[in-house]
Amino acid sequence: MSTSANNTPAHFPIPLDPRFPARAGRKLGPVSVGRPAIHQLPTNFKVELSDISLSYRTQTGERLLALDKINLDVRAGEFVCLVGPSGCGKSTLLHLIAGLNSQTSGQVMIDGKPVQGTGTDRILIFQEHGLFPWLSVGQNVEFGMKMKGIPKAERQEKVQHYLRLVHLAKFEKSYIHQLSGGMRQRVAIARALATEPDVLLMDEPFAALDAQTRDLLHDELERIWADTGRTIIFVTHNVREAIRLGDRVVLLTFRPGRVKSEFPVNLPRPRSLEDPEVALAAREVLDELRDEINRSLEAEYEAGVKPRIEPGVEA
Amino acid sequence: MKRAGRYIFFYAALFGVWTLLAELRIWPPYLFPTPGGVAQALYSGFADNSYWIAIRVSMERVLIGYAISVVLGMILGLGVASNKFLEETMGGLLVSLQSLPSICWWPLALLWFGLNQNAILFVVVMGSLLSVTLAMEDGRKQMPKIFGQAGRNLGAKGFKLFWYVLLPASLPFIVSGLKQGWAFAWRSLITAEMLYLSLGLGQVLMMGRDLNDMSAVIAVMLLIIAIGYVVDGIVFKGMERHLQNKWGLAPAN
Repeated sequence: MSTSANNTPAHFPIPLDPRFPARAGRKLGPVSVGRPAIHQLPTNFKVELSDISLSYRTQTGERLLALDKINLDVRAGEFVCLVGPSGCGKSTLLHLIAGLNSQTSGQVMIDGKPVQGTGTDRILIFQEHGLFPWLSVGQNVEFGMKMKGIPKAERQEKVQHYLRLVHLAKFEKSYIHQLSGGMRQRVAIARALATEPDVLLMDEPFAALDAQTRDLLHDELERIWADTGRTIIFVTHNVREAIRLGDRVVLLTFRPGRVKSEFPVNLPRPRSLEDPEVALAAREVLDELRDEINRSLEAEYEAGVKPRIEPGVEA
Repeated sequence: MKRAGRYIFFYAALFGVWTLLAELRIWPPYLFPTPGGVAQALYSGFADNSYWIAIRVSMERVLIGYAISVVLGMILGLGVASNKFLEETMGGLLVSLQSLPSICWWPLALLWFGLNQNAILFVVVMGSLLSVTLAMEDGRKQMPKIFGQAGRNLGAKGFKLFWYVLLPASLPFIVSGLKQGWAFAWRSLITAEMLYLSLGLGQVLMMGRDLNDMSAVIAVMLLIIAIGYVVDGIVFKGMERHLQNKWGLAPAN
């Protein structure tokens, strides 16, 4: 790490990872078909969603279709971002994959096997407040391993390892309320990784953070992803963030949530939110997203006022 | 400092009025004891060990009874909070039962358990069970849902989920209910002890009545207040402060 400290980019403290230049040889260009080399394991999907539908009864008694036949395959080690207007059910979909809710029909499969209920192979990171305030940082990270019955010595070691991974080793004894928002999300990431899940599910994890902290966590997440090789499904309403992070961006429609289109992102890593290529690719996604946002706004302003988002305005 | 001054002033004034009224001899000392008489009663009570024994016996009973209601109350409260049928049926019953003074159970307790300690424990449990149950029910509902989800997500199920997640997550919301439950348990115990003579502070108080020794009655009353206050101040205040520190909640005052 110290050798590359000289070419540290403006967004400290993450030095350029020596692993990235190797991946940076990918074809440039905003959006192009084709996958990065490491993801070319054929037909070997980590996560398969087939025909996932979810409907529920609202308080007024009518049936509402939230998700409509979602089909999505995610390769092992892939970083997939789900975007869509609020109300498209993207968070709901993540909860379904995590097993916290169950779908009305369809199937979630991990490694080709259907899953039911929760499992530590799929860990969800919430937008906020997902950490346990009655436990210290270290105990939070330890929690999943404790539930699994992993011996204490091994747990201690892993707590240290994963806290170092998110640069929080010094805060093992702190309580959650003593940490800043960005630190809390890093603890959440460490806690999720400590159970060694195959799939990380992230539900707008950085939405409540300020811009600088978010940039920093993007870098960290990208580095951790490269280090650990986890499969990540990341939900966000921020298209640029999705392009910044994802190997692929999946766009969902507004109520009922359907897969509208998919955008492979073949930009070299590490990326930055400010990269013109990122902005350009985001524009393409946003053009499609805009219709959905307008539909969601119209649904909100049923009274007759129908504001429209003009082209060029980013969500 | 100012607050301490106010305290001292208030209690000194109270004590002064008491002394004045007693020394004016408007009523005879067997009706209106002097502070000196009460101090004398306290001293001799502790000196001959009878107060120590009474305190120990009463504390033992209230701790057993309270422990039973906490365990039962948490199970009941959790059941009511997580089951719609129970909530609609038993929820209302629990609230209405709360208006019943626990000593009303005494005649039944005597028949069911006989004239012994179990009958007293039953009254104590009935006194505090409802507070704990309602507090637990409320705490379970107020507790942010996300803790349960995060716990399940990380592999906690069944009893582990309850013990490691739901219980600690709801503690800040139930601590005031636990405190109220303790107060009810303590009151119920003293009441029951006054009806059934067998050691304990309630009985010592009634002995004062039988001997027409109002100094002793007031001495025991002071003891009962003091114990209630100490438990509240040390156990529950400590628990609240501990939770506030951990959770980062602002002190409640």
